Amino acid sequence: MTTPSQTVGPFFGYALPYAQGGELVPEDHPGAITVTGRVLDGEGEPVPDALLELWLGETGTRGALDRRGPGVSGFGRCPTAPDGSYRFRTARPATPYLALLVFARGLLKPVATRIYLEDAPDPLLDSLEPALRATLIARAETADAYVFDVRLQGEEETAFLEF
Amino acid sequence: MTHPPYLSPAYRSTLLRAPSRPPLRMKADADAIELTSPVFGHHEVADHEADLTAQHSGEPLGERIVVSGRILDGSGRPVRNTLVEVWQANSAGRYAHERDQHPAPLDPNFTGAGRCLTDDEGRYRFVTVKPGAYPWRNHHNAWRPAHIHFSVFGTAFTQRLVTQMYFPGDPLFPFDPIFQSIPDAAARERLVAAFDLDATEPEWALGYRFDVTLGRTPMEDS
Repeated sequence: MTTPSQTVGPFFGYALPYAQGGELVPEDHPGAITVTGRVLDGEGEPVPDALLELWLGETGTRGALDRRGPGVSGFGRCPTAPDGSYRFRTARPATPYLALLVFARGLLKPVATRIYLEDAPDPLLDSLEPALRATLIARAETADAYVFDVRLQGEEETAFLEF
Repeated sequence: MTHPPYLSPAYRSTLLRAPSRPPLRMKADADAIELTSPVFGHHEVADHEADLTAQHSGEPLGERIVVSGRILDGSGRPVRNTLVEVWQANSAGRYAHERDQHPAPLDPNFTGAGRCLTDDEGRYRFVTVKPGAYPWRNHHNAWRPAHIHFSVFGTAFTQRLVTQMYFPGDPLFPFDPIFQSIPDAAARERLVAAFDLDATEPEWALGYRFDVTLGRTPMEDS
């Protein structure tokens, strides 16, 4: 029988984040991209106590927890700052998207979504009406810097997924 | 229904954070990367990280306990070499977190965070102290039952589970909106550890057993 989920609560900050958790690749990694954004609540206010986990689909050659050394890790973890912001540095994924989980105080179970790096034909994207589709597509600020906000609730609520 | 709904009004923080639309059910896609999971290396987690009583120069105050169990998949198979992380308040009910303002003492010998990898049988084991109950501001005279937070990885990213382990017989259960957010009483009971005399170590520490069974995904049956 499945064990039920409970909220991550407000006080995970000294326990779950780890050094360079949001840095899946070293700073000088060729072709690295950044994905930054904010987590926002139903009134558009920042969520300062969320935890984001990013997954590229392959464990890779760099430790998921121990970031010493070169290469690419497929896993990253980043808490939000007081202004609700987060930042990942990663390699480009083999897929058109990155998988994202968000935990927070007030979320009794995580929300899952995808960060698509470009708006191209895709089975999931093509199944969504335009406004919902747009919530899954990161904005390219430069060729290697993407912005993706997570809106937990409200008119521009992010499309969340179940598998 | 195993998991709590996102919107659980008695837990006030859900009001502005619960998504208003049900999640989109993904079509079967064997290539979805969410069906795979990161693998953690044994060199990344040291053995002593599972002993929360040995992270400082002295021993923490409180009732020393051993918490052990297994991580299983939905078929009852062990989840091997997977990462289990725990965190908790100290024995006085205070977290080593800068934003915890509960006027109970911090313990210089207790941080309250640990992690380990499961063995080939899916087993984990932590040594810690029993956390205290603590007040929170959800409603008048609100107190959380004593609990240990658990974070568990399965064999798929969709199985990722964060939950809380409670202690048997806690009188605060009926009054706690987070515990009560789980609609089914039998499912709630699965978050209550069992006192375990076999895991109890004579002249040293009480043992509690807490097994975790991962579902297909925490987003199911929402």
